[in-house]
Amino acid sequence: MSRAGTSAPSGALQQGPRVRNDADLIAACRLGDDAAWEELVERFSPFVYGIAARGYGLGHTEAEGVFQEVFARTYEHLRRVGDEPSLRQWIGQLAHRLSADRLRGTGGVPAIGPVDPPGVEEVLDRFREALDARDALAGLPEDCREILERFFCRDESYTTIATALNVLPGEVATRISRSLTLLSELLEGREPPVRPSRGRVTR
Amino acid sequence: MKSYDEEHLAALLRELPAAPPGWVRAAQELPSARAAMDDLVERATLSEQCRRQVLSDLEEALEQAGIEPDRRAVAALRARLGRAAEY
Repeated sequence: MSRAGTSAPSGALQQGPRVRNDADLIAACRLGDDAAWEELVERFSPFVYGIAARGYGLGHTEAEGVFQEVFARTYEHLRRVGDEPSLRQWIGQLAHRLSADRLRGTGGVPAIGPVDPPGVEEVLDRFREALDARDALAGLPEDCREILERFFCRDESYTTIATALNVLPGEVATRISRSLTLLSELLEGREPPVRPSRGRVTR
Repeated sequence: MKSYDEEHLAALLRELPAAPPGWVRAAQELPSARAAMDDLVERATLSEQCRRQVLSDLEEALEQAGIEPDRRAVAALRARLGRAAEY
C-alpha cells in the first residue's frame, strides 16, 4: 500500500483521503480507470503472493507465474466478478487453484489426489483475516494509518519512522500502540472514544 | 463478536508479505500492455508484410510496442497471431 503522505497534526484524529472499497474499484476498472486497476493490484498483491509463496511454498519463478496469471485473469474477468465480498473470494480461490496446479506441474506431488501442503487452509484463513485487517486501516485517521503501515506493512524502524514523521523515537511506540487500539475498536465495531486534541475535541 | 487484542492485530498486519515490486508493476501495467498488444496484433492482421516482420522477431516487435518482451508476452503474442491467422 503506498498511501504515504503528510501526517495529520499530533493527536488529531482526522480522516485521511477516502480509500475506495472493492466494489468502487471494480466499477472504476470497468470504466477503464487505470489508476483503479493499479490500486486493485496494490491491494491484493500481498494476498496473492502470500498464497503462492508462503501457502504453497512455490519457488520464485512458479510463484511469479501464479501471481501474473491471477491478475491477468482478474483483469479479463472483471465484468463477471461481483461485489466486494466475491472479488476477494474469487481472487483467493484462483490463487489457491493455480498454485495447486503449479505444484502438481513441478512434480513435487502426485499427479492425482490432493496437493495442498499440510496446514494450507489455516494459512489461507489467516491471510484472509490479515487482508481484512489491512482493509480496516483505511477507516483510521491518516496519521494512525500511516504509522501502522510504515511499521507493520513496510517494516520501517522506529528511527526511520521518527525521522519521517518528525517526532521523537520514543513517541513512535506510543503512537503505534494508540493506533492499534483504534484499529481494534474499529474491527470490533466499537465507537472510538472522543479524544481531546490541542484544546479541541476531535474524532 | 471477534476480539482483536494488540498482539493479534500486530501479527495480522505483519502476516501478508510484500510482493516483489517488479511483479506488482508488471501486473499494474497490464491494461496498457494489453492495449499495445491489441494494436500490434491488429497491424499484423491487416498487413502481411507487418505480420512477417513481427513473426521474424517477436521480442523486437514487443519491445518496439513498449512491452517487456518476457517469456509470457512472447508466448501470448505468438498465440494471438496464430489465432488471428486462423480467421
